[in-house]
Amino acid sequence: MRRLDYTTIFFALMGSFLVLFILIPIINLMVSSNIDSIVANLQDSQVITSLFISVYSALIATLIAVLFGVPLAYILARHDFFGKGFVESIIDIPIVIPHTVSGIALLLVFTSGGILGAPFSKLGIVFTNAIPGIIIAMLFVSSSFVVNSAREGFESVDPRMEKVARTLGSGTLRTFFVISLPLALRSIVVGSILCWARAISEFGAIIILAFYPLAASTLIYTRFVQFGLSASTPVAIILISICLALFLVVRLIIKGWRTYDKT
Amino acid sequence: MIKLENLSRDWKEFKIDDITLEVEDREYFIFLGPSGSGKTMLLELIAGMWSPDSGKIIMNNKDVTRLPPENRGVGFVYQNYMLFPHKTVFDNIAFGLNVRKVEKNEIKSQVEEMMNLFGISHLADRLPRTLSGGEQQRTALARALIIHPQVLLMDEPLSALDRITREELIQELKRIHQKFNITIIHVTHNFDEALQLADRVAIMKKGTISQMGDIDEIFRHPKDEFVADFVGTENIIRGFASDGEDSLTFVNTGNIVIESTQKKTGDVHATIRPEDITLSTDKVPTSARNVFKGHIKEIYDLGTIIKLTVDVGEQLVLVLTRQSFLDLELNIGKQIYIYFKATAVNLF
Repeated sequence: MRRLDYTTIFFALMGSFLVLFILIPIINLMVSSNIDSIVANLQDSQVITSLFISVYSALIATLIAVLFGVPLAYILARHDFFGKGFVESIIDIPIVIPHTVSGIALLLVFTSGGILGAPFSKLGIVFTNAIPGIIIAMLFVSSSFVVNSAREGFESVDPRMEKVARTLGSGTLRTFFVISLPLALRSIVVGSILCWARAISEFGAIIILAFYPLAASTLIYTRFVQFGLSASTPVAIILISICLALFLVVRLIIKGWRTYDKT
Repeated sequence: MIKLENLSRDWKEFKIDDITLEVEDREYFIFLGPSGSGKTMLLELIAGMWSPDSGKIIMNNKDVTRLPPENRGVGFVYQNYMLFPHKTVFDNIAFGLNVRKVEKNEIKSQVEEMMNLFGISHLADRLPRTLSGGEQQRTALARALIIHPQVLLMDEPLSALDRITREELIQELKRIHQKFNITIIHVTHNFDEALQLADRVAIMKKGTISQMGDIDEIFRHPKDEFVADFVGTENIIRGFASDGEDSLTFVNTGNIVIESTQKKTGDVHATIRPEDITLSTDKVPTSARNVFKGHIKEIYDLGTIIKLTVDVGEQLVLVLTRQSFLDLELNIGKQIYIYFKATAVNLF
């Protein structure tokens, strides 16, 4: 066996801090409530409704992010153009600003009198205190996961492969769907699931834009404020279980998806 | 016929600078040049993957300069094969036919015929990553040829292969060229490929063509130092040329005087192919105009042939078969005579 030197041992001890710092609260949370109260909460229609709102809204937000994010990712992966750095920074902005700030920014334009809210309200779509508001709050904070991951996927596809497909008679759009997209699909799926998980866990932007109907994260907050820890913990455990399950799926996909370039 | 007219493109570190040339129907044409000379870009321009900054590309008397690659009818083979990694060998080869919406049974029979031709039928259901380099390149060739392109473009198609597979593929390419009656444009940095395959060669340097013509012509009469260096001319000697007797040119190198049949005066380079120089240990009567006495300086054993450096006032490289090397009982320092004809001396 390899002998460990003192530096490695020291660094490992230092490094354990963060791992434990994250792990201990989560494990403690998972075991801090009894099964009965979790089951009881799973039968509580308010809890189920809020979980449904979170999962469903996050799914819609993810689909929108994929629909518009994948073409953007492809452009960013394949083309150099003036202002590319600017576009890239814009996609990453939601990561660096506080989510409550994102919520305020969204509220200003999506309130029924806002520059985007007004035309939508004519179509009958209202954002404030409505599910569309939850969706756009989620979309705003999590879409960069799709764009960045899909972009990495496209960058890993050799452009010469697309060129060969073109010489064989395949037009640009067909080449995209038959060659580039299938080869980048793993990255796109991973990005989408991360986007979905991040959207489910969003809170800050949602409470500003659409406190009601209660999303799961908002419900946990209100229960905590109104009834204290014991009332909010079971809901928290259910939500974290969903997020962890999604995270597990991502890890399995990353490991198991057939990679074509390796033997 | 493919015609390039004043083709230019400047992109990042690559450049094509005002290239004009014609490739005949069914010709095997090779662009030979070091990396960075713009060979790949030229090929991709012909395929339509880029638009030129200026100039025209004519195929069969039709201007295709602005035509996208899918409408040009060219086949393309890259050094790293660029097989579609998520498709089997069969599906890779069938790709062009699928795009053309050929009927399923017809696709099957054509692909099978093509796999037969390349001896890869047993690989039909394999994914590219499980294939050897030679198998991948055969698949790539089959994929390109199944659509019966007017011209097959190949970018360093043999460079990623080991020596034996490369030799096999060279024979394969000769066969394809015959069988498909196709125009082939092949770019490479490897002179041997050009020697074995090309009808005509263009030597490229920094986006321009330094010399173009028959391979033998370029090999024996390189036009400048770059071409000479590139095609592996080992004996390049500087000297001063003046008119000599019998309408020959005398090149005074400062140490010896070399006679050439080519007409040049002033400062010149003289090149002599190593295989054009003969050697003996005693002075023998000869018709060769150039006879020099000297000694052996270095001996390189290359297996079946032996390469010698001799010092006759200038240092020259020549080659012998192993047998003649042994027969002559040569060793370093041994006194020898070398002979070469005035016609073997190229001047530029």
